[in-house]
Amino acid sequence: MNSLMLNPHLAQVLTPLPVLVPLLAAAITLFAGRQPRLQRAITVLALSLMVAISAALVYLADRDGTIALQVGGWGPTEPGMGPLGITLVVDRLSALMLLVSSIVLLAVVFYAIGQGIRDGDGRQPVSIFLPTYLVLSAGVCMAFLAGDLFNLFVGFEVLLSASFVLLTIGASKERVRAGISYVMVSMVSSMVFLLGIGLVYAATGTLNMAELSVRLGDVGDGTRTALFAVLLVAFGIKAAVFPLSAWLPDSYPTAPAPVTAVFAGLLTKVGVYAIIRAHSLLFPGGEMDQVLLVAGLLTMVVGILGAIAQSEIKRLLSFTLVSHIGYMVFGIALSTELGMSGAIFYVAHHILVQTTLFLVVGLIERQAGASTLQRLGGLAAASPLLAFVFVVPALNLGGIPPFSGFIGKVALLEAGAQVGSVLAWTLVAGSVITSLLTLYVVTRVWTKAFWRSRDDAPEGHLSASAPTALLDNTEESMDIALVERDDVGRMPVGMLAPTGALITVGLLLSVLAGPIFAYTERAADEVLDRGQYISAVLGEP
Amino acid sequence: MTTYLFPLIIIGGLTTTGVYLLLERSLTRMLLGLLLISNAINLLILSAGGPRGNPPVRGRTSAGETTTADPLAQGLILTAIVITMGIAAFVLALTYRSYRLNTVEEVGNDPEDTRVSQRTGTESFDADNRPGPDRTRDTDLPDELDAIPGFEGSR
Repeated sequence: MNSLMLNPHLAQVLTPLPVLVPLLAAAITLFAGRQPRLQRAITVLALSLMVAISAALVYLADRDGTIALQVGGWGPTEPGMGPLGITLVVDRLSALMLLVSSIVLLAVVFYAIGQGIRDGDGRQPVSIFLPTYLVLSAGVCMAFLAGDLFNLFVGFEVLLSASFVLLTIGASKERVRAGISYVMVSMVSSMVFLLGIGLVYAATGTLNMAELSVRLGDVGDGTRTALFAVLLVAFGIKAAVFPLSAWLPDSYPTAPAPVTAVFAGLLTKVGVYAIIRAHSLLFPGGEMDQVLLVAGLLTMVVGILGAIAQSEIKRLLSFTLVSHIGYMVFGIALSTELGMSGAIFYVAHHILVQTTLFLVVGLIERQAGASTLQRLGGLAAASPLLAFVFVVPALNLGGIPPFSGFIGKVALLEAGAQVGSVLAWTLVAGSVITSLLTLYVVTRVWTKAFWRSRDDAPEGHLSASAPTALLDNTEESMDIALVERDDVGRMPVGMLAPTGALITVGLLLSVLAGPIFAYTERAADEVLDRGQYISAVLGEP
Repeated sequence: MTTYLFPLIIIGGLTTTGVYLLLERSLTRMLLGLLLISNAINLLILSAGGPRGNPPVRGRTSAGETTTADPLAQGLILTAIVITMGIAAFVLALTYRSYRLNTVEEVGNDPEDTRVSQRTGTESFDADNRPGPDRTRDTDLPDELDAIPGFEGSR
């Protein structure tokens, strides 16, 4: 094992696998559409393999520094020149993103399978679900690995196309409505991104990120800022940064619980990752930092104020998702090592906690037949275990001390105080207020859904008829009286276990905060330094 | 880098029309708008690729050109066209489904969004609670008695 680990080619072999493995598995599962057991086995195998590969990549990237793979050997013709072909790059940041994403993807697929086995009828999980899910995984990994802008665009498109299918699965009325606005907004953002790519190519004659990082230095300041702004708009829509975030709470809540969970965890974070790359690799120097800081502040405050007004829990969580993107933008826009490190830590924390919360809402919906505060009540007495799995990630999101949310926030606040400008202090204040309001929002869910009696809820006597898995049966079934609802039994282990596993990983982020934060600090150093990335891709000049 | 004026005018025209169509509520028009914008961007990438020249194949020349045309721009455009085509097909399917379900093919408002935005200030504060005792009828008796409709307390 040790000799294998020391082999310098191992990293090169592992690098493309997070894209290849799920794509191959998607092809196989598509053919195995009629054998659900085989489909499930292949999916679980592929995603477990991805977790192992990503863990190895984290280790290798941390030990040996940035790994660059010139696909097909079309590398630079001479040192210092841009490569001819596609480049895949793994540094500490992308390796960490890969690891966290693949853990989340694996847990959610277990949850979806558990839900399908327990609540699905013969048609569920739909035979198209697992292949599409694997394509989504491949797209996410491709975006994290991309070493050139166009490959990043392709990664985005792969994950978006898959997400369109997952969001509209079953094509019920409500999902088609949500799907249309989601598709349109995503397409507009892709068009803006493509426009940015065209303009960058016109200005520099290359799309390789390492080479761009060198060449953009020679472009005039005005042009540079304009290019950066175009790319930021594209990534801002994907990451749901405030003026561009209105699409998210409209479209996410209608999807099935596991789909919403994986979207909430991963898709916006891919946008945040792209912002990090653009901000520190392509356009260092912080021309847009003031704009980003203001956008971050507004994202936090507007998002959380939106959450206060909601009574549907999935929408409420979507608004907190938007709000907490603001923290990451804040960390990035500070342009300091501590800020970047805090932002990276926060991304990892937020992927885990937001996914967990959406999975818990899926459980609430199944057990209580509703996900709106107008109907929920008495859950703490009905199921103390459900109350426990809700309260841990909820307090984590709110940033209560022992949890990782607190550690991430403290790092960001410290970074803000270190910069010390008026705007930075305003953001520090804004983050504290947002954090308190997040706590208010989750305690509101807690007191209403868990503590009060269901009789006190205005519509507490109503309920959805039966739990469903992936398909939306709101058209077939009307609301029924709660007393007439069949007993759904205990929470299925297949759904509870993945949720519990994600909570545990989230807690590990707090227990191992020391080593992990040291890792994100090295990652931030590497991201801000640029030299390692450039020399890994272009060769030593 | 040199470029030509004519493609730029076309790019501008296509984008303008595309954005105008995209702002409509009808889905077919929005899709047409998206397609126009994507064509405009493809043209933009083509113009970014520089002037015409020999085909980028070793040993091939074309009508006395001295430079080689940029193959990368064309590769990018091909990929972009394929992606746009796939998504356009998906949007058409969604449009048809939406038409079948609603007999309109327009972008609908989110019902929950509408509901939340139509609440008044006091409603939104109490939206998730059962209406409490009526304070205007508050008497010395316990609130439970006050809350019973028609029970006027000691008044």
